[in-house]
Amino acid sequence: MSQLTSENNIRFDLRLIASWIEPGAKVLDLGCGKGELLAYLQQTKGVIGIGIEHKEDNVSHCISHGLSVLQGDINEEVEDYPDNAFDYVILSQTLQQVYTPAKLIHELLRIGNKVVVSFPNFSHWRSRLHLLFTGYAPQTKELPYEWHDTPNIRVITMKDFRKFIREFGFVVCREAAINSSQTDRQGDVVKFLPNLRATYGIFLIGKK
Amino acid sequence: MVKDTKQAQCGLSVGLVEKKYFTFAEPPGLMQLESGAVLGPVTIAYETYGTLAPAKDNVILVLHALSGDSHAAGYYREGEAKPGWWDVMVGPGKGIDTNKYFVICSNILGSCMGTTGPSAANPKTGKPYGLDFPMVTIGDMVDAQKALLDFMGISRLVSVIGGSIGGMQVLEWSLRYPEMVASAIPLATTPRHSALAISFNEIARQAIMADPNWRRGNYYEGDLPRTGLAVARMIGHVTYLSDEALRRKFGRRLQDKSDFSFNFDADFQVESYLRYQGSKFVDRFDANSFLYITKAADYFDLRARYGQGSLIEAFAGAKASYLVVSYTSDWLYPTYQSKEMVKAMKKNGLDVSFCEIEADCGHDAFLIPNERVTTLVRGFLQRVSVNIGK
Repeated sequence: MSQLTSENNIRFDLRLIASWIEPGAKVLDLGCGKGELLAYLQQTKGVIGIGIEHKEDNVSHCISHGLSVLQGDINEEVEDYPDNAFDYVILSQTLQQVYTPAKLIHELLRIGNKVVVSFPNFSHWRSRLHLLFTGYAPQTKELPYEWHDTPNIRVITMKDFRKFIREFGFVVCREAAINSSQTDRQGDVVKFLPNLRATYGIFLIGKK
Repeated sequence: MVKDTKQAQCGLSVGLVEKKYFTFAEPPGLMQLESGAVLGPVTIAYETYGTLAPAKDNVILVLHALSGDSHAAGYYREGEAKPGWWDVMVGPGKGIDTNKYFVICSNILGSCMGTTGPSAANPKTGKPYGLDFPMVTIGDMVDAQKALLDFMGISRLVSVIGGSIGGMQVLEWSLRYPEMVASAIPLATTPRHSALAISFNEIARQAIMADPNWRRGNYYEGDLPRTGLAVARMIGHVTYLSDEALRRKFGRRLQDKSDFSFNFDADFQVESYLRYQGSKFVDRFDANSFLYITKAADYFDLRARYGQGSLIEAFAGAKASYLVVSYTSDWLYPTYQSKEMVKAMKKNGLDVSFCEIEADCGHDAFLIPNERVTTLVRGFLQRVSVNIGK
């Protein structure tokens, strides 16, 4: 597992998410990629972690490094878990690629006590200026794709997300706006005008 | 130099190994079979690799498929051309590392590679059993392996691993003796045969039984049902491959000729290949064993045996951590069948990892050297063996 990650080289947004997780918790990481967050959580928090990932080489990488990971589609895989099977379900930088976000988040709060959701904030000033001055759909470091080849089918801002959570009857227990730097390894928490200045929004959601 | 590097990558061989035998169920203490019949004495051929830890807590049981045997790794003699059937996986530094683990592989009940089966002598007559051999199930095969482990004083397994019919035994082990099995790795397998899989087995069995030399299984003193068994193997081989693998390997290429022969010789390379595979098989395998083992595979049904029809219910008694692996081009036991098991394991809150490996060589993929499977198995075993230590 030490090959997967260490304190210094884990992405800043993941480190922040990890800081919200109680030690020893049972965690499901959806779209876990190469397992950086899961490995980090196991090392630093002693969590019982499970990942779901659709890419074979990522899945294989995770299992080879001692993580418990299932290959599959997150929308389908979450349906198999009983109610409250997890303390936390993490949806890190995947929401923008989900077809039915409301249905998924409902499902996540069924299987998990708390849900962590993070996504690139589309209302960052760079995106706004990009559209305003160039007339082209914004492309940023966080959302680097052209309109026709992007996997990111949802355009979400932090404000949008807060509204969405309120309307669906859930509660935001905690939120953070972050600005990660070029390397992704470092960053800072944005306190002032987050919707304008944050590259990523991270939310901890619970039931009412 | 190149050879050294390659050897380093593949790991070394376990070296010289020896086939051993263990006999149990001597009369009157016969072995009770699932069908209600009894059998005895029963001899099990087995091999071991690596060193058994003093606490006997480093044991991995390797389970073979239809035509396999106890010879999973290493060589019987110096200079032998071919090692055991899973030498790519079992050995020092390999996926199943014999520097760490004590690996046991035994020939399955009903087979013909040293373990009691229809070709063994019936103690009542002194002649081969033939069809007097009772029907055995996957569960009976597991019970025979359990008897061997009891004899060796082993009560806990780090893992049970195997592909295809070996994978069925893996699943059976994890449900039949859940307290013994810390982890289970079913590869390219299924919780029960589909009608498609049963169909191919039945066609293969009919090929054997239609051979006039078969004589209701009573052929041991005369000519063997070679043609029937060869055809059965040919059918098997098609189901183990895939459209893509066959296309890539043979296409419509002709064998040693530039035009059709306009008769029934082997014109196509694929015909020639299947004939070769068929005839090679009859030299080493018993036709009756083929009948018994394929029937055992067809009867295998975890839902019926452990779950009153429900696969979820079936896994309720399991305690193992699982690593389930399927292959994209396996049309004999397609991925959806592995996913059914995975779903049932999840619903029971079991620790399960699942990976569907992209491979174009069909069901046989689990036997073909694949670095991905090796690293999966190695990583998974590492984790579960650490947990055992806790």
